Amino acid sequence: MDRSPDTLLLNIERLSVHFHTDRGLVRALDHADLRIHRGEVLGLIGESGSGKSTLARSVLRILPLSARIAEGDLSLSGEDLLAMKESDLNARVRGRGITLIPQDPFTSLNPVFTIGTQMEDIVKWKGSAGIGHGPPGEKVIEILERVQIPSPRDQVGKYPHQLSGGQRQRVLIAMALLPGPDLVIADEPTTALDVTVEAQILQLMKSLVLGKGISVLFITHDLGVASQICHRIVVMYAGQDMEEAPADVLFSQPRHPYTRELLESLPNPEGTIRDIPGEIPNLIQPPPGCRFHPRCARSTALCTQALPEKKAMAQGHWVRCLYPLES
Amino acid sequence: METPILRVDTLKKHFRSSSGLLGGKTALIRALDGVSMDVSREETFGLVGESGCGKSTLGKTILGIYRPTRGSVIFEGRDITHLPRKEVVKVRKDIQYVYQNPGSSLDPRWKVKKILAEPLLIHTPARGAAVEKKVEEMMDAVGLTPQQLSLYPHEFSGGQQRRLGLARILTLNPKAVILDEPTSGLDVSVQATILKLFTDLKSRFHLTYLFISHNLGVVQMMCSRVAVMYAGKIVEMGQTSRLFAEPLHPYTQVLLAAIPLVGKRKEEGLLLSGEPPNPADFPSGCRFWPRCSYREERCTIEEPPLVAVEEGRAVSCHRFTGSRA
Repeated sequence: MDRSPDTLLLNIERLSVHFHTDRGLVRALDHADLRIHRGEVLGLIGESGSGKSTLARSVLRILPLSARIAEGDLSLSGEDLLAMKESDLNARVRGRGITLIPQDPFTSLNPVFTIGTQMEDIVKWKGSAGIGHGPPGEKVIEILERVQIPSPRDQVGKYPHQLSGGQRQRVLIAMALLPGPDLVIADEPTTALDVTVEAQILQLMKSLVLGKGISVLFITHDLGVASQICHRIVVMYAGQDMEEAPADVLFSQPRHPYTRELLESLPNPEGTIRDIPGEIPNLIQPPPGCRFHPRCARSTALCTQALPEKKAMAQGHWVRCLYPLES
Repeated sequence: METPILRVDTLKKHFRSSSGLLGGKTALIRALDGVSMDVSREETFGLVGESGCGKSTLGKTILGIYRPTRGSVIFEGRDITHLPRKEVVKVRKDIQYVYQNPGSSLDPRWKVKKILAEPLLIHTPARGAAVEKKVEEMMDAVGLTPQQLSLYPHEFSGGQQRRLGLARILTLNPKAVILDEPTSGLDVSVQATILKLFTDLKSRFHLTYLFISHNLGVVQMMCSRVAVMYAGKIVEMGQTSRLFAEPLHPYTQVLLAAIPLVGKRKEEGLLLSGEPPNPADFPSGCRFWPRCSYREERCTIEEPPLVAVEEGRAVSCHRFTGSRA
C-alpha cells in the first residue's frame, strides 16, 4: 500500500443517505463529497443535523437499519467500501484500517472489564500494528505510555469508573491507535471535556498523528477546536457540503455566506451578538436547491433550482454557492 | 455605594458521601468552601470554572435548594439563609433558577399553556383571564407566539424549549435569575439567538443575572463582572474586561489560554497538566499548587486568602498577598 503523503486515502463522491422514519424520508446527506489524503487531519464542521455524523458512520458502514445509502461512491485506498462484503469489512476495515475515537469517554468503555482486558482484546481481534513487538500486555503498556497515562502498569488493572474523564479519553485514543489504522475518525472527541483537559487532549492528538502518516477525520461543532488541529476543513449544513478550504483560509476568508454567518455568531469580546435568522430546516422536506437559501441574504430564485456545483475560489478552496462572498 | 441585590458571605456547602456497599466509609465532599461575593442590581455576574468547581452548588445554595453548611445569603438586605419553608417559597418567586436543560424540566404531558400558567397559580392570586393574558405576554417576550400555547414541549426545538423555560420563570416577575449553563449543548448559531434574548429580557424586565458557565467566550461577552472558581473557592474576581485582559491568578491564566479560539494558535507552555483535585481530598495549602508553575513552599502549607489587589479586583494567590518576597 502506498504510504506516501498526498496519496488519496478516503474518497467520498456524491454520497446521499436517507433514513426511513414513521414521519417520512429524512434526507440526511445530499450529494456530499469528501477527500482525505494520507497524513492529513480533515475537519468536518457543522451544527446539529448537518450530516457530519451520518457521513462518518457511512464510512464505517455502521449506519442504523433505517438508513439507506441512496447514491454515491465511497472508497478507501481505491477499494470500493460500498461493494465490500460484511466479513471483509470486519476483517480489514472496522477497527483495523479505520478506527473511531468516540464522543463520550464516560459511556464508551465497558464498565465491567478492566482497561487492560479491553485493550488486550483489541490486540487479539484487531491486531497491534500500531505498536512494536512483545506480548499483548506489554503492547498495551507501551501504547498507554504514548498517550501519557501516568504509571500505566498501575492503571491496566483499573475499571473505567476509576479513571477521570480525561484519562478515559486517553485510553480511547490509545485503543484507536493500537491496530495501526490508516484513518482515525474522531467524533467530537473533546466535547465532553473541560477546557483545560480539552487543550491537553488536542495537544496529545497532534503529537500522535501529525507527521506519523495517520489520517484523521475530525468531526466537531466547535470552530475553535477545529482551527487548532485541522489542515483542511469542510463545512456542512443540513446534509450538504458548503465549503472547503485550508483551515487558516477558511477562518480568515470564508467565501460561503453560511460559513461567514457561522463565524460571526461565535462569542466575541466586543459583545455584539450576531445570530443567523431562521432555523435549521426539516430534512423530511428540505428546501430545494441549496438548503441554506431560506436563511441566506444573497439568495435568489436560482438558488432554489438545483444544488449548486462546486466553484473553485483558489487552490484547495471551493464553495457550493452561486453567489460567493468576495475575498 | 449602592447596596448589592445579592450578597453571599463565606458560604459553605459540604456533602457527606458514602462509598462501599454498606456505606461504611463516609467522605466529606467540600463542594463549596467559603465563597463571598456581591452582585449589584441589574448586572450580569459571571461564575466560571470547570466541572466540579462548585459553581452550580453555589447557585443552588443561594436559592435554598441546598441548605448551606455555613455562611449566609443576603437578598435585598434580608438574610434568607435559614428561612422557614413558607418564606422560602416567597423568595423563590424573586430569585428564579434556569436549569441547564430546560427541555427536561418541562412536563411532557402538559400543553405549554398549562406549563406556563402553573407558577402563576401557585405564587400569585391571579386567575382566569389575567393568567391567560400574562402567559401570552411572556410567549411574546421570548419570541414565541400565542398560537404555540396549545402545543406540547416535544414539538419545540432545543432553542425554543429554552425560550419556554424562560417564559415560565418570567411570568413571576423575578428580580434575579440564576442561569446555570444556559447555552451548553446548543449550536453556536442557536446560542447567539438565546444570548441575544437574555440581553433583551434583562433590559426589558430589569433583571439581575447570575450567569454560571464553563464557556469563557460567552461569559466574556455577557458579563460585567466575573468570578473564577476552583475546587470550591473563588480564586479571582473582577471586571470582566480587566480580568480577561490581564488574568492574575495562575489558574485564570491557564484557563484563558486553554480556550480554543478560531485562528489562535496555542502557546504550548501554558498547557495545564493534571486534573482538578478530588473534593473529598483537597491538597493542603493552596488547592491549585499541584498544578501551578509558580508554586513555592508556602503554597503547599498555607492557604492564600482572597485579597483585593486593585479597585474591584481580588485574587487568592500568595504572589499577591502582602508578605510576598
